[in-house]
Amino acid sequence: MENLANLLLLLVILLNFFILGSSRLGACIQTAALQGAMLACVPLLMHPISGHTLFLAGSALALKGVVMPWLLFRAIRQVRIRREIDPMIGYVPTLILGTVATAGAFIFSDHLPLVAAHRGSLVIPCGLATLGAGFLMMITRRKALTQALGYLIFENGIFIFGLLLTEAMPLMVEAGVLLDLLVAVFVMGIVVNQINREFSSLNVENLSLLRE
Amino acid sequence: MTMLIRLFWHLALLLGLSPLLLGVIAKTKAGFAGRKGPPLVQPYYDLARLFRKDMVISRTTTWLFRAGPVAGLTAPLVASLFVPFGAIGAPLGFDGDLIFVIYLLGLSRFCTAVAALDTGSAFEGMGAAREVTFACLVEPTVFFVLIVLVRLTGSFSLGGLFGPALAAGWHTAAPSLMLAIFCMLVVTLVENCRIPFDDPTTHLELTMIHEVMVLDHSGPDFGMILYGAAMKLLLLGAMTVGLALPVSLGSAPLDAAVFALAMLLLAVLIGVVESVIARLPLLKVPQLLIGTSLLSFFALILLLR
Repeated sequence: MENLANLLLLLVILLNFFILGSSRLGACIQTAALQGAMLACVPLLMHPISGHTLFLAGSALALKGVVMPWLLFRAIRQVRIRREIDPMIGYVPTLILGTVATAGAFIFSDHLPLVAAHRGSLVIPCGLATLGAGFLMMITRRKALTQALGYLIFENGIFIFGLLLTEAMPLMVEAGVLLDLLVAVFVMGIVVNQINREFSSLNVENLSLLRE
Repeated sequence: MTMLIRLFWHLALLLGLSPLLLGVIAKTKAGFAGRKGPPLVQPYYDLARLFRKDMVISRTTTWLFRAGPVAGLTAPLVASLFVPFGAIGAPLGFDGDLIFVIYLLGLSRFCTAVAALDTGSAFEGMGAAREVTFACLVEPTVFFVLIVLVRLTGSFSLGGLFGPALAAGWHTAAPSLMLAIFCMLVVTLVENCRIPFDDPTTHLELTMIHEVMVLDHSGPDFGMILYGAAMKLLLLGAMTVGLALPVSLGSAPLDAAVFALAMLLLAVLIGVVESVIARLPLLKVPQLLIGTSLLSFFALILLLR
């Protein structure tokens, strides 16, 4: 079981690379959804199955695997864009930065003063690497939609950290986090639509030009 | 004595099996397209026909033009003596021969490119430039994969890096090895000019890479290039198979059969990849190759942790 969980975490890191290197919005959304769905299964593999873990996995699977991708797909259908054209930093440099961040995460987590049970586990480096990938995505992309995707990946990173605390964290906190995320993506979908209607483009730097 | 038997099996597999791989790939592609396709032994007929033919050599060329095909045939031949074919150990080997083998392949590429430049054709110069660019981008991937293997097995010779030596590694570092196999597969496709990186069947197209360099070669020279390319496919395929198949059955004929079967499966796999994936745009290729280098680097990080 532990091995399967580690395999899923490694796949999550590989999906990070894919998202950082891909320019197609549809593929990025699908990959983020797959990442979320895989992460939703991890608590079931790492902890004994109880009502708590079942609820956590089920709600994460439904929200991250189904509802949010659906919202984002609806948003790109409405504004009719398929690709991120020119990111602030190109795809190859972003990929290299992402790999450096991942290497840094692995080295850094070796030096953290962790509880003995967590030492050597993949959870912490994987969480840090996913946080880094989400950050990079939010910093380097111009479109509001890809930035929202970056936020989703960032949250996936936090979710990975949360895996260590599943037994200690109350249910309400997790439900609240997931609900916040849903609202954020929902609002982002509306914002995307509004930006598009106002400027007939989705680039966020248009927002900083509003000086009247 | 064992040395001679090993050499015999090695050369028999290398010289006999390599053109068959091309035939299997062509047959698989034909099957996907719903055609009957050329017979499996067609590459042997092609080679025999080319070696019987006369040559046309442009008056503007020098001895460099003739040297290209010779290096293209001999370099892979010598290099493959250092690579174990499945459980059949390599006949030759010394500490650090992994670098020697990779740069022997580099030497053959250099000679082919120089021969292409020697014709003075702008078109062939362009092909040479592309080929060399992609080769630069592939090199880090190969070396990261080899570093992963060196770290796992503790050997500095190709003979100790692949095959049975890896059996213990599969228990301790399976994720790294899986990434390494994927990277090695990409390297095999790029180095042998296969779709999605280059299309070996295009002629006279602006996007082709390897084929454009050998346009002026004909007859026995072209036959040597084709045979060398088939051996290179077998060599790099043997590295991929050696990663994926760390077993030894004990007797040489059985091991040779298992290796030949694995190579044919790999050829079918390449045929499937060529049939289901479209060729990448030229500008996308470097992006993908850098991505693969980073992936192999990640495999190394996973191992070092």
